[in-house]
Amino acid sequence: MSEHQIQLTVNTRPVQASVEARMTLGDFLRSKAGYTGLHLACEHGVCGACTIIVDGLAVRSCLMFAVQADGAEVTTVEGVANADGTLHPVQQAMRECHALQCGFCTPGVVMTLASLTADDARPAADTMLKALSGHLCRCTGYQGIRKAIDKLAEAGTTGGRA
Amino acid sequence: MSEPISGAARFIGQRVLRKEDLRLLTGRGSFVDDITVPGMLHAAFVRGEIACGKVISMDLSQAREVPGVIAVFAAEDLGAQNVHLANMHLSYSPGIISRPLSSDYVAYVGDPLAIVVAESRYIAEDAAALAVIEYEAEDPIITIADAIAGRPVHPGTENNLAAEVNAPPNDKIEGVFASAAHVVGATFKHQRIAQSTMETRGVVSTPGGDNQLTVHIGCQSTHVFAGVIAKNFGLDHTKVRVIAKDVGGGFGLKAQPWREECAAIAASLLLNRPVKWIEDRLEALTTSNAAREQEITIRMAFDGDARMVGLDAEYASNNGAHPHTPDAGMPVMMFLTGPYRPPSYRFRGRAWHTNTVGLGGYRAPWAIEAFAREVLLDKAARQIGIDAVELRRRNLLSGPDFPAANPIGIPIDDITPMECLDKLLTKIDVPAFRAEQAAAREDGLYLGLGIATYIEPTAMTGVMILNSDVAHIRIEHDGKVTANLSTHSQGHGVETTHAQVIADTLGVPIDDVTIFQEDSTRVGFGAGAAGSRQAVIAGGAAIRASKLLLEKVKQIAAHALNASAESITVENGIVRVAGAEEMSRTIREIAALAYGEPHRLPPGMEMGLEAQNRYAPPSFTTFASAAHACVVEVDGDTGFVTIKRWISSEDCGVQINPAVVEGQIAGGLAQAIGSVLLEEFTFDDRANPTAVTFKDYLLPAISDVPVIEFTHITTPAKGEGGFRGVGEGGIIIGVPTLVNAIADAMTPFGDLPEDLPLTPPKLLKLMQSKTAA
Repeated sequence: MSEHQIQLTVNTRPVQASVEARMTLGDFLRSKAGYTGLHLACEHGVCGACTIIVDGLAVRSCLMFAVQADGAEVTTVEGVANADGTLHPVQQAMRECHALQCGFCTPGVVMTLASLTADDARPAADTMLKALSGHLCRCTGYQGIRKAIDKLAEAGTTGGRA
Repeated sequence: MSEPISGAARFIGQRVLRKEDLRLLTGRGSFVDDITVPGMLHAAFVRGEIACGKVISMDLSQAREVPGVIAVFAAEDLGAQNVHLANMHLSYSPGIISRPLSSDYVAYVGDPLAIVVAESRYIAEDAAALAVIEYEAEDPIITIADAIAGRPVHPGTENNLAAEVNAPPNDKIEGVFASAAHVVGATFKHQRIAQSTMETRGVVSTPGGDNQLTVHIGCQSTHVFAGVIAKNFGLDHTKVRVIAKDVGGGFGLKAQPWREECAAIAASLLLNRPVKWIEDRLEALTTSNAAREQEITIRMAFDGDARMVGLDAEYASNNGAHPHTPDAGMPVMMFLTGPYRPPSYRFRGRAWHTNTVGLGGYRAPWAIEAFAREVLLDKAARQIGIDAVELRRRNLLSGPDFPAANPIGIPIDDITPMECLDKLLTKIDVPAFRAEQAAAREDGLYLGLGIATYIEPTAMTGVMILNSDVAHIRIEHDGKVTANLSTHSQGHGVETTHAQVIADTLGVPIDDVTIFQEDSTRVGFGAGAAGSRQAVIAGGAAIRASKLLLEKVKQIAAHALNASAESITVENGIVRVAGAEEMSRTIREIAALAYGEPHRLPPGMEMGLEAQNRYAPPSFTTFASAAHACVVEVDGDTGFVTIKRWISSEDCGVQINPAVVEGQIAGGLAQAIGSVLLEEFTFDDRANPTAVTFKDYLLPAISDVPVIEFTHITTPAKGEGGFRGVGEGGIIIGVPTLVNAIADAMTPFGDLPEDLPLTPPKLLKLMQSKTAA
C-alpha cells in the first residue's frame, strides 16, 4: 500500500505522519493520533458522530481520507474546551440541559454546534435544529439537545408545557 | 414505604448535573474501541453470503497469504474453542446449539464462518474478502408463515418451533366469548427492529498469565459477561475479568456476549495474543441480533357495560436462526392484561426459527402487550360506541380493587394508572381538540388524539441473576466516599443517580461520592442493566449499605466525643452532636480516627469505614404506571405523520433525578416513534437484508421527535427508597399512544393497517381506498 507523508495541526498541535492513501481521517485521528473522543458510528456519513472541524467547517471524518487533511487545521472534541478545563459554551449548555446519555453520538453534536456558534455567531434555534437533523442519537429522544440549542440561541421557546 | 432517608433529602429529587458528562462531553470517555493493548491484533469475519444452504467448500488459502494476516480460523480451526454458547442466565438454552462460527451450513446472511486476525482491521477485511466459499443453496425460510410450513432451518431438527408458552388451561373462555355483548379482535404485527446502539458491539480480549483473561467489551453487566464467558470457555470465573467503563447504548443487544464476541475471544485464547473486534455498521444492521418481529391475534370480550370479561391471544415470534435465547412470549403472556381488572384469559405463544439473524431482547421485549391491548381497546371503543377514555376508566384497576392479581396470579397492589390518566387529562382539553379536529377535517387536514395507559413491570426478580444487587461503600481514610456497585450504565447515569442516593443517606457532599461499576472483579454479582432494575434494587442496596456505614460513623463519633449515638447527625460532611456545635467534626476527621487511631474506637469495633449490603426488593415486580397522550396530523396528500404534541404522565415512585427519569422516558418514546413510523429491518426474497445503512434503516432524527411534556405523580414503592423503575416505559406506551392517535386521525377512512411501521405509503393507500370507494 502506498504511504503518504502528511502534516496537519490537530487542536493547534502539529502532527506529522505517514499514512496509507486509503486510511480515513477518522481512523487516522483515532488510531494514529490518539484522538479517541472522535467516535465512528456508521462510517457512511449519515449519523454525524464523527463530526470534526476541518479548516473551520464541520465535516464527517469518516468521509475524508487522512491524506486529504494534509495541511489542514483540525479541531476535535478534545480541542474545544479551554486549556484550564472550562467547558466550551456548547459543552456547558449540553451539560446543563442533560443533552446526552451514553455519550457516543455526543462529540459529533458538540462539534456541529461549536462550528455553528464559532466566532460568537448566534445562529437561530431553527438553524441549529436543521443542522442537528444530521445527527442520530439513540438514547435521549433529543429533548436535552433541543434545550441546549434553545439555551445557545437564547430563545428559550421550547420546553415542557405540562 | 420504608422510613424516610435520613436528614433532609438534598440530592434525591434534584436535577443534579451528571458526573459522567464532563468526560463524555470532552472526548475523554473510555469506550471499547478506545482500548489499545500492546501487541493487539484486529479481527474481521468471513461471513456466509446466502441465507440458507450447505457449505460445500471454503478456501481460506488466499486470505491466509495476505501480508499482515496472523491467522484465519474456521470452525474446525477453533476446535474445542468453537464453544457451545451460554445465555445471560449463565445456562444453556434448550433447543439448537449456537457456536461462534458455523461450519457445514449457513442459516442467515452474514452467518460467521471464519475469523481473520491481522495487524490491522484494514488488512483483516482485505483478507476476509478473499475467502472462496461454495454453497449448495436452498430456498430460505424468512417469515413466521414460512417457518410453520417449511423445512427445518437447522438440519437434523424436526421442525422450526424454537419454544412455546401457554397460559394455564381455561375451559370457560369459549363460553365467555359466546355470551359476550361485544367481541372485538385484530391481528397486530410488529416489524423487525435493528437495535442500533450508536456504539456497535466490540471486544478486546487479552489473555494473561495464570490463565487469566481480561475482556474489555460492550456489555450491560460486567458480571453476567464474566460468568457467561467463563462458562463458554470452561474457565474459572474468578480468572475472567470483564471491564466496560463507557458503553454506547445496550437496549438488550449487549445483555450477553454472542457469536462474534466469543469468536474473537476464542481467537485470542488460541493465539495467546490480544484480539480486538469492533463491529462495523453494516455488520450491526445485518448480523447483530435483531428485535421484535412479533404477530399477535387478540380478541376481547365485553359485557353490556363495556367491561372486559375475556381476553384471548395467540402470539408468534420470529426468533431467527440463533436467538440469544428462544422467546415464545413468556413476559407477553404475563403482562398482556396490563392494568385492567382480570378477564377470563387465554394465551398461546410460539417462537419460530427462520433463516434470519437471531432475536435479541430489545428494551421491553414484551412491549407488544401494550401495543395490541391499547390499540384494540380503542377499536373496541369505536365498535361499542363509547369514549376510549371512559372504556379505560371502567376497566382500570384502582383503589377498591387492591390487592389484586392478574389472570396468571401476579400480585398487583399499588399501581396508579387511573391517577396518571386523571392527571394527563388536566393537561389536554379534549373537547377543544375535538372541535379543532372537526374543523380541520373540513379543510382536508386529519388531526388525531391518542391516549394509552399501562403498567410497567420493573425490577423483576425470581431468577438467580435478577434477584439482587450489591453495594459495597467505603468512606476512605481521607473522608471521600467510594461505592462499588453491581450495576452497569450504558447511558443510564448511575454514577450520578446512585451518588445522589448515597450522598443523601450518608450526609456527605455529592462531589465526594464516586461510583465504580466498570470492573467485574471489583464487587459481587449483579445483572447490571436488565429490566429497569438499577434504581430499585441497587438503589436499595446503596441506601442500606449507607445506613450501616452512617451508623458506624455515629458510633465512632459518639464514643470519641463522649456523646450518645442518638444525638449525632451527619449533614454535608459535618458530624454534629445535638446541642454542642463546638464538638462538630468533619467526616474526614472521623475517617482519620477510624483508620488511624484504633484505641479511640468503641471496644471491639472493626477499624475502617466500610459496609456492604445485598438487597432484594420485597416483591416479584415493582410496577410503574403511566398514561400518555399525543396529537398528530396526517397529511392528506402524502400520508406523512407529524407529531404535534406529546404528554407523558407517569408514576415511577420517588424520582432520584427527574432529568434522568425524563431522559429514560423520552429515549424510549423516540424508539417507539421509530417503531411506529420509520424503522424496519427488511429482507428481499432471498433473505438478504435490504436496510443495511442508516440511509435505508431510518432512525428517528431530531426532526421526528417532538418536545415531550412531562408530568409526574409520586407514589413511593414499598421497597427501600420508594423507587420504581422507569427504563422501558417510554417504548412500551409510546407505540400504542401514537398508533391510537393516527387511528383517530384516520377515522374517516376506516381501520388502520395492523402492521408496523405505518409509513406514508400505507396511510396514503388507506386514504385513497376510501376516496376510491
